Amino acid sequence: MGKNQQSRRAFIQSLGVLALGFSMSGTGCSRFKKEQADPSAPKIRTRELDMEEIDSWLVIREDGRVTIMTGKMELGQGITTAIAQVAAEELHMNMSLIDVHLAETGYTPDEGYTAGSRSIETSAMSVRRAAASAREYLLEMASQELSIPKIALTIEDGQIGGQGKSTTIYTLLNGKYFETKISSDAPLYANAERKIVGQSVARMDINSMVTGKSHFIHDLRFPAMVHARIVRPPAQAAKLTSVDTQAISKLPGLAKFIRVGSLVAVIAEDEYQAIKLAKAVSYFLAWDYQKALPANRSLMQYIRSLPADSKMDKKSEAWSDHTIANSPVRHRAAYFKPYIMHAANGPSCGIARYADGRLWVWTHSQGVYPLRGALADLVGLAEEHIHVKGVPGSGCYGHNGADDVAAEAALLAMEFPGRHVRLQWMREEENAWEPYGTAMVLEVEAGLDSQGRITGWKYDLWSDDHGVRPGGDADNLMPAWYIEKGHGKAKSGFRGGAIRNSEPYYSIPQLHLQSHIFRGPLRRSSLRGLGAYANVFAIESFMDELADKVSIDPIDFRIRHLNDERAIACLKQLAKQIKSIKKQNQQGIGIGFARYKNQAAYCAVAAHVRVDQQTNKVEVIKLWAAVDAGEVINPDGLKNQIEGGMVQSISWGLMEEVNFDDTQVTNLNWDSYPILRFQEAPAIHIDVIDHPHEVPLGAGEAAQGPATAALVNAVYQATGIRVRQLPVIKALQHSALRVKPLA
Amino acid sequence: MDWKSFYNYLTNFNTMEVEFKIRVNGVSRRIKADPETPMLYILRNNLTLNGPKFGCGLAQCGACMMLIDGVAVPSCTYPLQNVGQSEVTTLEGLSQEGGKLHPVQQSFFEEQAAQCGYCTNGLIMASVALLRRKSDPSETEIRAELQRNICRCGIHARAIRAVKKLSDR
Ligand code: FES
Ligand code: FES
Repeated sequence: MGKNQQSRRAFIQSLGVLALGFSMSGTGCSRFKKEQADPSAPKIRTRELDMEEIDSWLVIREDGRVTIMTGKMELGQGITTAIAQVAAEELHMNMSLIDVHLAETGYTPDEGYTAGSRSIETSAMSVRRAAASAREYLLEMASQELSIPKIALTIEDGQIGGQGKSTTIYTLLNGKYFETKISSDAPLYANAERKIVGQSVARMDINSMVTGKSHFIHDLRFPAMVHARIVRPPAQAAKLTSVDTQAISKLPGLAKFIRVGSLVAVIAEDEYQAIKLAKAVSYFLAWDYQKALPANRSLMQYIRSLPADSKMDKKSEAWSDHTIANSPVRHRAAYFKPYIMHAANGPSCGIARYADGRLWVWTHSQGVYPLRGALADLVGLAEEHIHVKGVPGSGCYGHNGADDVAAEAALLAMEFPGRHVRLQWMREEENAWEPYGTAMVLEVEAGLDSQGRITGWKYDLWSDDHGVRPGGDADNLMPAWYIEKGHGKAKSGFRGGAIRNSEPYYSIPQLHLQSHIFRGPLRRSSLRGLGAYANVFAIESFMDELADKVSIDPIDFRIRHLNDERAIACLKQLAKQIKSIKKQNQQGIGIGFARYKNQAAYCAVAAHVRVDQQTNKVEVIKLWAAVDAGEVINPDGLKNQIEGGMVQSISWGLMEEVNFDDTQVTNLNWDSYPILRFQEAPAIHIDVIDHPHEVPLGAGEAAQGPATAALVNAVYQATGIRVRQLPVIKALQHSALRVKPLA
Repeated sequence: MDWKSFYNYLTNFNTMEVEFKIRVNGVSRRIKADPETPMLYILRNNLTLNGPKFGCGLAQCGACMMLIDGVAVPSCTYPLQNVGQSEVTTLEGLSQEGGKLHPVQQSFFEEQAAQCGYCTNGLIMASVALLRRKSDPSETEIRAELQRNICRCGIHARAIRAVKKLSDR
């Protein structure tokens, strides 16, 4: 047996063990059942990961199936299916023969975070090239093996044949690695045939969801797993001052009481027992905490008053301070977006096990490698002794509590070695402790010439930074603040998040764009779209206000300021969709447009609303979108993303706002943090403009800004009330007495 | 919290485990647990079912829904001791013999009415209960029925369509 064969076998076996995390609950691979006793036994990948090599992305298994290794996570966005589609196309393989292995340290490529709508643009495209290269390589091998010219061979479902002879892809490799670089000139079947890509194939994971098969991290069960709950302090800035350990030790069913600095937790064999214990323990703790939050003040004014790190993001060469002042029409406005929660349906969950100096962590984090780095820093183990496996969680829409809960589970597992420790946050923990999408203030000023063209545009935004992700630094993991081991508060995050889409996509001769980054009162990080949500809300509201000032149709006004044909095509498609809609009394239609990040998908949205004059109740009747995401891998998957994005955005814009008193966040459940429900859900129509020969453009976050902009613009059309401070429902209540509706 | 409620809390806390016989998905099961344990934990942990999900524990989100004699209720606030002779059904109990999907499951699949899928259990259980009560619900009735459920990914329109398809109307 050759050396390669040996190592190949070792690799497949370890893959099987990997699958065991799941096989406990049904989806594992039966060949490895005997190893179930220790599902987290150390595993070693026998070949170095190299993103340039086929082997890092694709494994051909003995049973003829192909496993695709992706460094991305399934967040409900359907990336698993899209990746399987591109691979199936290039390998000429039925999708049912393809498995997708999600991010796992040491096994899958390090693709950073699953964020920024980039998974199709990056991971899927790498997989596509790896699969095409693998196919060419295998055809080459078959040609030699069978002495048939490559051109006469066909490949189908792992069988290669021609002229009456055939072989299989597994036989050809004979247990060896490809050991071949991905070739950039392997022809793409996606261009030539395009049988699977571009089709609305069903999501691979929906069957598990509708039947209740194990799918989520919440569903993982390990033998002898214990349950943990954290006992939270009354405020974020808090220190544990005393503990009645005697009383606590008498509580029934307590497997262990854990205190690391000011981090307090209970462990029990039974989950409900752990919940009860956590509550009981809270009576025996004393905390020193600060009432540090700026309650009962206008948050908009407060964040404008904070010290800020200011920067000029763009100043056109032609910029003159007089341009706006000298324009015949001038306008200015200030907009506000509050703190918003990710508010995942399922609270964050993490599982960890520590044994023999090694740590295993199961997480729904968006970045297993950066989390591993941060965990190493947190628990003081070398990275190679930490294994982090990604498992789908409840849709998170950004950086929520996933990494924190994994880190907490890890800390607790180290205090309770040998057993799997499962920690799931309670609803109030999720709401009070997750990092929010930051509040932002946006001020715009512009001038228009006599033709109704924008002459100059001055934009100032105030924002906390976004993207305060683990990034290898324990300070960014919330439990680090409480273990009293010298970790500080989270450092600065990603300034680029705040200025995302702060530059209008319109051609404007003179731009003056500044950002002012403050450190706000609440914890914050990345929420779907980051700053693009608030920036597009402000820009697109303002564009409507300008169009109104010069009495130009809002769609025309935008098209006049666009150079990009694809952007114009989206707006024209949107115009077609809403042309024949009859508006009744108290109804309005508004639109919003953006190209996400000014380089990803184009998205134009229209909203049809009705605002009751008496009650100010807002009903969103219907939403339309016209989307150009370049090459579309899965049209229905894309629609689902845009649909979901619009609904979520409407929910944010209509009713969502994080509130706090001087100590802590106060909306701790779905009653105090309501989101859009089924009776309020709009009808939806989406047109996708497919460009099969363009590069695919990330679309998962494209609808966030345009949808809320469309909503407020529609509310204006219906009522004459211009909402500049979100959320809309609250703003309408405030303005109800002041502003007369339009006739 | 005052001392009296604290005292009550600790008294409750010490409740002994009691053995119950309940029927879940057509099978009779013996469960020994604190009688106050919400069914959610019994179903997920004692019976290793994945259908019901923890979302809030407060009867506000519907993620945990199960059927009690055909009626959809949140399992997170339904104590074990209240089950009695009732028939409990979870998502797992809907599929028919041979793994054939229940029409509501099938319809959610066909409409691809899921993103992350965390709400799927609750939506399907609520819809099954509705259709059992009324074979021809209108869209308004469907929306009203699903009003107890939270979906953060925004699959509302698809879920409504999936149920509407099964309505005789
Ligand atoms: S978990 Fe039961 S209703 Fe939310
Ligand atoms: S699909 Fe994610 S919560 Fe509904």
